[in-house]
Amino acid sequence: MWLSSKIKQVLMALKPGVVTLKYPYEPHPVPPDFRGQPYWDHHKCVGCGGCAAHCPARTIMVRDLCQEVRVMLYDGSRCTYCGRCSDVCPEDAITMTDKFELATGDKRDVTQSMELFMATCKRCGRCYEHETVNAIDRMSLKGFRYDNLEMRAVIPVSTEHLDTALLEKTEKYKRPEKLGE
Amino acid sequence: MLANLAKKMFSKSLWVYHCNSGACNGCDIEILNVLTPYYDVERFGIKLVSSPRHADVMLISGAVTRATLPLVKRVYQAMPAPKLVFGIGSCTIGGNMWFDCYNVCGGAEKAVPVNYFVPGCPPRPEAIIYGVALALGLVDKKAAPIELKQMEFPIDIYERNKAWEERNVIYKLLDD
Repeated sequence: MWLSSKIKQVLMALKPGVVTLKYPYEPHPVPPDFRGQPYWDHHKCVGCGGCAAHCPARTIMVRDLCQEVRVMLYDGSRCTYCGRCSDVCPEDAITMTDKFELATGDKRDVTQSMELFMATCKRCGRCYEHETVNAIDRMSLKGFRYDNLEMRAVIPVSTEHLDTALLEKTEKYKRPEKLGE
Repeated sequence: MLANLAKKMFSKSLWVYHCNSGACNGCDIEILNVLTPYYDVERFGIKLVSSPRHADVMLISGAVTRATLPLVKRVYQAMPAPKLVFGIGSCTIGGNMWFDCYNVCGGAEKAVPVNYFVPGCPPRPEAIIYGVALALGLVDKKAAPIELKQMEFPIDIYERNKAWEERNVIYKLLDD
């Protein structure tokens, strides 16, 4: 009786077979609506900087090198993969891909940079309307922006016209010192 | 050199010490998930040990906070010599949302040298296995920096215009 019940148990255990994934040798598909590495489409992007304003981890930096060229840099090393950038994008230029195999020995392997051509309005330069009362609206920086790309720092300053003095000043931006440094 | 050394030293089995340095438990649960029969990381000989003195590899999860900074450094010193450090999750790599916070280091790299990073918030269990397999040399690296350009545009056009205006003083003379 004891032995027969044991044999029954063994047969029951054999029935489902091996459940372990053969993952690194065979690919394992992701579930639908999985948010992996975001991808920027530089043909669709208009350079509004909405993604940079909405990023909770401040991973997206915007820097205007001159009147026409705007560099947008995505630093995936501190990305939360929340998908807010793709939600807020008016042109659907950002898509969350299903890439998750991002393990690397170098931090710089998960960065994406994009150089955009910005047309200039003859009348007023770049659209600019700075909110002074509402603190939340003030965070959506319009006009020319001067984030430091080397230090991966978002500098909450924007101007109506391109300010070369501010461009040089932000080039030498240094973070305030913290513990561990 | 590091990859060759890792292949030689860690070809048989990795004993892993899991160090939580102020994580939200998301990455910790994914690490535990990796050890379950479904993902079964023990087929690579990876085993979770409870002391850093037995370990070859340290898995750090979490942005290193002020309270855990000396402890993380002590754990790293307690490990025997050929050692690897894996950063699990975005907090370890760049500090995630707390990169500018006053009591957070902004990444484990500022406390101890980190050899491999596994981005994700939290990373999938597959992503962690992929990171370990990358260290063991079973798979190829897929991540690479992307640079996109809408069109070629000479940035120094303003400086050239300015220089041209300075050079051609004839207009100034004509105005006088």
